[in-house]
Amino acid sequence: MTAVLQILFDALSLGSLYALGALGIALIFGVMRLVNFAHGDYISFSIFALLWPTTAATTILFLGQVPPAVLIPFVILIGAGVSVLSEILVFRRLRDANPATLMIASFALGFVIKNLLLMLYSSRPKSLSILPGLAQQVEIGGARIPLLQVVTVAATIVILIALTAFLKRTRFGLEMRAAAQDFTMARMLGVRANRVILLAFAISGMLAGAIGLAIVVQTGTADINMGLSVMLVAFIATVIGGLGSLYGAVVAGFLIGGASVLMQVILPLDARPFRDAFVYALVIVVLLWRPQGLFAPRTAKQRV
Amino acid sequence: MTLLAVEGLSVRYGQLTALRDASLMLDEGETLFVTGPNGAGKSTLMKAIAGVVRPAAGCIRLGGRDITGEAPETIARLGFSMVPEGRQVFGELTVDENLRLGAGMRGDRAGAARDLESVFESFPMLKERRDGAAGLLSGGQQQMLVIARALMTRPRLVAIDEPSLGLAPLVIDQVYELLLRLRAERRLTLLVVEQSSTRATMTGGRMMLLRSGRVVLEGDARELNASGAVERAYFGYSDAEEPA
Repeated sequence: MTAVLQILFDALSLGSLYALGALGIALIFGVMRLVNFAHGDYISFSIFALLWPTTAATTILFLGQVPPAVLIPFVILIGAGVSVLSEILVFRRLRDANPATLMIASFALGFVIKNLLLMLYSSRPKSLSILPGLAQQVEIGGARIPLLQVVTVAATIVILIALTAFLKRTRFGLEMRAAAQDFTMARMLGVRANRVILLAFAISGMLAGAIGLAIVVQTGTADINMGLSVMLVAFIATVIGGLGSLYGAVVAGFLIGGASVLMQVILPLDARPFRDAFVYALVIVVLLWRPQGLFAPRTAKQRV
Repeated sequence: MTLLAVEGLSVRYGQLTALRDASLMLDEGETLFVTGPNGAGKSTLMKAIAGVVRPAAGCIRLGGRDITGEAPETIARLGFSMVPEGRQVFGELTVDENLRLGAGMRGDRAGAARDLESVFESFPMLKERRDGAAGLLSGGQQQMLVIARALMTRPRLVAIDEPSLGLAPLVIDQVYELLLRLRAERRLTLLVVEQSSTRATMTGGRMMLLRSGRVVLEGDARELNASGAVERAYFGYSDAEEPA
């Protein structure tokens, strides 16, 4: 029983990261058919902004010196900031470009951010202890669960509820959902394209910041490539969930997280190092079975 | 007063010229039918006015203001409400949400709420289904919904692209009945695109005929039809080579 609880929390907390990442990608894909491969670099950026730019091995806190209560909203704001800035400086100028061009531009942007960090901080991972209180363990039903996992899962649930309420209950949310279905028609009803897209980038960036926090608290290191693996899995999750479906992205994120943890447990010891191969084999099976994704929106169509 | 003035409008898609030097004038309270065969440039004309495609040449004025090359949302906010071809409801949104989206750009919430009530009065069917997904409505109901949604923007001009496309004749009658009633009640200015001139003749009003991207005929719908000019223009016969 305790083992089951532990596995459950492992799966849920890993799935949470993937789900939030997938959501960030799906939000932007929904309104502008852009798969933003710079998303992972937003994650790294929002964490490195806490550090003083130095190539030395020591870690000097810079913006990270703020008290913990301010730290969380602060990192989230940095994520939103870099995301919004990239929309204004890069993607807005490519508004009428085709999806392939946009995607390449996002790769390029990702490289720019990554190399900027590389220049300022070097490629050496920095050890970094923020929110140390989360490192302790709590006892739930006899199992000892890291507090961080509990907080990650709880925060993800809160974020998902808040985002659902925003999308369902507010005027902006309605405009975003409409724009995701048929952008041109939404504009012909007076929905301001730039505002909706900016909002999508802001929310997506906030999610990236939140993911960055969770990773850095868990690993205790800031690494320039820290966002990369999450981004990759998150992208796969958006495809499995059905590109364009926010709901599908979240569910698929949790599914992949769950599958990874489950494989780690049930695979024979010798096969465990190859866990990811098994997970991605499952991904291939799912895509062969449903190439359009698990929850492909019925009305999704190519934008002209 | 002239509400919409299009002068010398040309639209190209790559090498293809979809619209050549088209002009039209529409007065406040007037109804204009734009007809013509497939590929004549009717929808392109609508899209260009709505700001969805960028014209290669020409000028579009709405209420005296030059809107050529403006963004669709700007043009919508100036009072041009477009009901595009193929109905375009937001299928995954509810009927209610579709309608509220139409009212979104208006500042007055109270007025929008009143309009929503009056829409539900005119369309009891929409009220019944207000919390259901719009994609589950029948074709005719969807057409009613997009017209109602267009009206929620309080437009100065409603442009409707092929309202009868894919609908049963009986349903088309209902749609036109509705349009005519709304026109009478609200003194709507209407720009209607149809492939056939039948509706224009039945409804009455001004009509222009496009062929291969050019305006080939313009005048009173009934007079044009009675004279046989529509048929000749539609099929591309010049007067000299009239069929036997």
